[in-house]
Amino acid sequence: MGKRIGLEASLAVSEAVKMARADAVAAYPITPQTHIVEELSQMVADGDLDADFMVVESEHTAMSACCGASAVGARTFTATGGPGLALMHEMLYIASGLRLPIVMAIVNRAYSSPISIWGDHSDVMAQRDAGWIQFFAETGQEVFDLTIQAFKIAEDKRVLLPAAVNLDGFTLSHVIEPFDMPDQEEIDAFLPAYEPQVILDPDKPVTMGAVGFPEIYTEIKKQQNEALLGAYEVILEVWEGFEKAFGRAYHPVESYRTDDAEILISIAGSTACTARVAVDNMRDQGKKVGLVRTRLWRPYPFEETRAAVKGAKAVAVMDRCLSFGGPGGPICSELRSALYPLPEKPVVNSYIVGLGGRDITLQDFYTVVEDAERVLSEGPPDEYQYKMIGVRE
Amino acid sequence: MADEMPTWREYPMAAIILEPGSTAKYKTGDWRSRRPVLDSSKCLKSKCARCWIYCPDAARRVDEDGYFEVDLSHCKGCGICARECPPGAITMVEEGE
Repeated sequence: MGKRIGLEASLAVSEAVKMARADAVAAYPITPQTHIVEELSQMVADGDLDADFMVVESEHTAMSACCGASAVGARTFTATGGPGLALMHEMLYIASGLRLPIVMAIVNRAYSSPISIWGDHSDVMAQRDAGWIQFFAETGQEVFDLTIQAFKIAEDKRVLLPAAVNLDGFTLSHVIEPFDMPDQEEIDAFLPAYEPQVILDPDKPVTMGAVGFPEIYTEIKKQQNEALLGAYEVILEVWEGFEKAFGRAYHPVESYRTDDAEILISIAGSTACTARVAVDNMRDQGKKVGLVRTRLWRPYPFEETRAAVKGAKAVAVMDRCLSFGGPGGPICSELRSALYPLPEKPVVNSYIVGLGGRDITLQDFYTVVEDAERVLSEGPPDEYQYKMIGVRE
Repeated sequence: MADEMPTWREYPMAAIILEPGSTAKYKTGDWRSRRPVLDSSKCLKSKCARCWIYCPDAARRVDEDGYFEVDLSHCKGCGICARECPPGAITMVEEGE
């Protein structure tokens, strides 16, 4: 069996990539992701990881190089965040369009301007529709586990799509946590070598990424969409296998004290740790409050999400992303869409919190629950689709 | 026509082209508005071969007599061969003339 160690979450990502025996890493350093690739670079230099570490001049090139590496059959990893993810934008679609099972850690960082190196989810939400499998991690252990799982899911013959693991910049990436670190043999048994279906090979030439005229483009996108929808069953299967092998259970949506809850808090990422404490405190005061956390973001877990909020009177969704002038935070908008066909559904309120690294405090959770209580008794106010929490007026 | 085309299940994954050189099957010369015409009395044949070297579409090939003839089913009429030809043996002629 493995051992219990203390480790920074960023370095746990690097450790997972090493234990996954990645063949290729292409990355460009950007705060707050740098520790991950710095460590990987060191591992390769020290001979601890037998991989090609490609030093590139931008994130656009990093993802381009990852596409090339994956296309020749290499198990491929990169990491970025914030503006770096934005610079990858074009290539993210090429990775998914070419069905390349690249795994990426996104260390979530706000977008400029004003310049912010601190965390929120604006970066990944702007890449939401790029066709990648997407997870949000709450803890360091989860970051490690999801990185290992992501390779197995992405490389599955029924999937063959890239996968991204989101971890909050600084509040998770730079935190030292206790880890149950498995042995290499355990990882090898869970994650066999990648067996690509079609590769670029001079002895057996193929063309990847040729022009797709209007007569075929729609059919190829349908293939890609079916693959992402089909990934759902594979994700559940991989999580089941992971639980058997390592004893840690994974679900698309995680629920906490929701059984008789009237008001649910919905959130993604490391903030759920604080939310749990807030829920406990409010429960102590006799409030029927629970927490639902989004772990799987793409493909969207419709059934689990509906089941998780069933019976609640209100859901207070706290998004770390502002969709300017839109219908609410992205997680809230999608929850509302998922619930729309149901005859009976809770009131869903959108709250924007934690932008650009602003602390999300216990008081913020009390505030949104009080607001949800007010909406339940008085009805929603006319003036907002979403409400920014903690703004100095 | 749409009924005869493959369904989404029938295309190779990601539209990967599994057969090398398949572009030769597609006739793309009808994009052309001008075509190159060779005056063989001026052509230097294999001593020069600039039209063959510069053609961006590999639409030049050597005929039985050693002249560089043009494959009009792939020539786009860009005129690079005419511009690069040292003895001026190639002229571009409007299609239809």
